[in-house]
Amino acid sequence: MPDAKRPEFSAEQLQEVRRLQALYPDKQGALLPALRLAQEVFGYVSLEVEEYVAGLFTMSPAHVHEVVTFYTLFFQQPTGRHVVSVCHNLSCHLLGSKSIVEHLTRRLGVEVGETTADGRVTLLTVECLCACEQAPMMQVDDRYEGLLTPEKVDRILDGLS
Amino acid sequence: MAEKIFTRNFDRPQSHTLGVYRETGGYTALPKALAMEPTAITEEVKKSNLRGLGGAAFPTGMKWSFIPKGSTAPKYLVINADEGEPGTFKDRYLLERDPHALIEGMIIAARAIDSHVGFVYIRGEYVKPWQVFSGAVKEAYEAGLLGRNIQGSGFDFDIVIHRGAGAYICGEETGLLSSLEGKKGWPKIKPPFPAIKGAFGQPTIVNNVETIAAVPHIINRGAEWFAGLGTKTQGGTRLYSVSGHVVKPGVVEAPVSVTLRSLIYDHCGGIRDGRRLKAVVPGGSSAPILTADEIDVSMDADGLKAAGTMIGSAGVIVMDETVSIPEALMVVARFYAHESCGQCTPCRESTGWIYKMSHRIVDGKGRKEDLDTILDVAKRGAGTTICAFYDGAVGPYVSYIEKFRDEFEALIPRDA
Repeated sequence: MPDAKRPEFSAEQLQEVRRLQALYPDKQGALLPALRLAQEVFGYVSLEVEEYVAGLFTMSPAHVHEVVTFYTLFFQQPTGRHVVSVCHNLSCHLLGSKSIVEHLTRRLGVEVGETTADGRVTLLTVECLCACEQAPMMQVDDRYEGLLTPEKVDRILDGLS
Repeated sequence: MAEKIFTRNFDRPQSHTLGVYRETGGYTALPKALAMEPTAITEEVKKSNLRGLGGAAFPTGMKWSFIPKGSTAPKYLVINADEGEPGTFKDRYLLERDPHALIEGMIIAARAIDSHVGFVYIRGEYVKPWQVFSGAVKEAYEAGLLGRNIQGSGFDFDIVIHRGAGAYICGEETGLLSSLEGKKGWPKIKPPFPAIKGAFGQPTIVNNVETIAAVPHIINRGAEWFAGLGTKTQGGTRLYSVSGHVVKPGVVEAPVSVTLRSLIYDHCGGIRDGRRLKAVVPGGSSAPILTADEIDVSMDADGLKAAGTMIGSAGVIVMDETVSIPEALMVVARFYAHESCGQCTPCRESTGWIYKMSHRIVDGKGRKEDLDTILDVAKRGAGTTICAFYDGAVGPYVSYIEKFRDEFEALIPRDA
């Protein structure tokens, strides 16, 4: 079982990292894709994962930490099984994103930034996801869900494992 | 009915596939371009008056011509698909519905600048666009349109897809290059410009998705035709992303000379629920706001510049009479505070401070000096930073307050 506290890639995963590194004139170019792979495998990017990935790139763990903390899609803590990210930028704001966020916090019993006690959902607010024609919208894991109403949000939540 | 270029296939089933792209004339510009001298391709693009459609509106052919002549260094073509400007969503449509136009345009652009590797930087949140575009690249390889000796021309070109990880600043071209190099997305001081020293220290051209998607059409139908669709200083049609309080939000293709009024009322059905228009942001959140009586402007780069705002990424955000402008400013200020990369002091400090002030004004706890402080802080920092991010934040800070000052003042307690 992959463990973010004692990370180690499988032989295939290591091969994938080497493939990614070979795509760039300097292998460091593959750092973001390699970290994405690490997060998919280990669930989140712990300090141990940072150190492990740094070893694969022969670079300082401090540099990897600087990169991980710069980007919003790298999680430094475990998340729920699903991540729900509601856009609260201008177009979604104009069409009621605030009431969508309020509905989600009530329905899930968590504040923004928290994970439900059963580990099912992490709720986040995010900046523009560039699907403003479907405002108000949110991202649920890999999917965009738009033209949200409280009822539609309920149906989406009901469909999550 | 105006001519459709970018959207001609959008409603066709399977428009993302090689087969459908070919049925409608796809990949017929490529053999023409492969038979042309590279400099002739650049000249054609120059004559077309194509300007960058990602935000800066820089003339595309001129940008290509900055690659040092005769340089034997590897050169890179980098596509900015890190769409992130609030109010913009057109590149998502292109990646999902016409990915082969981008691929064909990339091969032609690469030939013009003598590049053999192109990187496509797609924002990390764009999962479906990435999947669809990846599928199209795979099809193109299988058909011999990418890789070695493309169509027997002797020209080699590979595409590497690079996914971002969530950071607005990576849409800034030098921030994007830092991110592509495996670093945090800090913009770099120019000069040197990317054409001289870009990705991995080599000559690089960074172009937006839509800009490159226009290139096959220019090669196929000629620079004069493309230039003739637009104004004297900008050719073509372009994609406007229209959102907010319009009846029909969405991507609209129109000649760059279309007026803002026509976009809102003719193309998008006017304002919802029979309400009145209050204000419009014409070019993504960084563009200064226009009031309801300022919408008779031409939506090309120079038309909006003359109106004191900018076309930016052509993200049009429409606000009806019910909108609180101070609240809208708070939302926008929160965004800039969150996305400042932290490299330059004026931007890092001012975006946070201005967000706090805009927040307390909305909360009814504003101080009477806050509005002048925001204006002062905003204007002092403008032009002092490495990249255009902070100048983009200053656009809304200053214009929202200067054009709707009464609304802000009404929220500030009299005894504050």
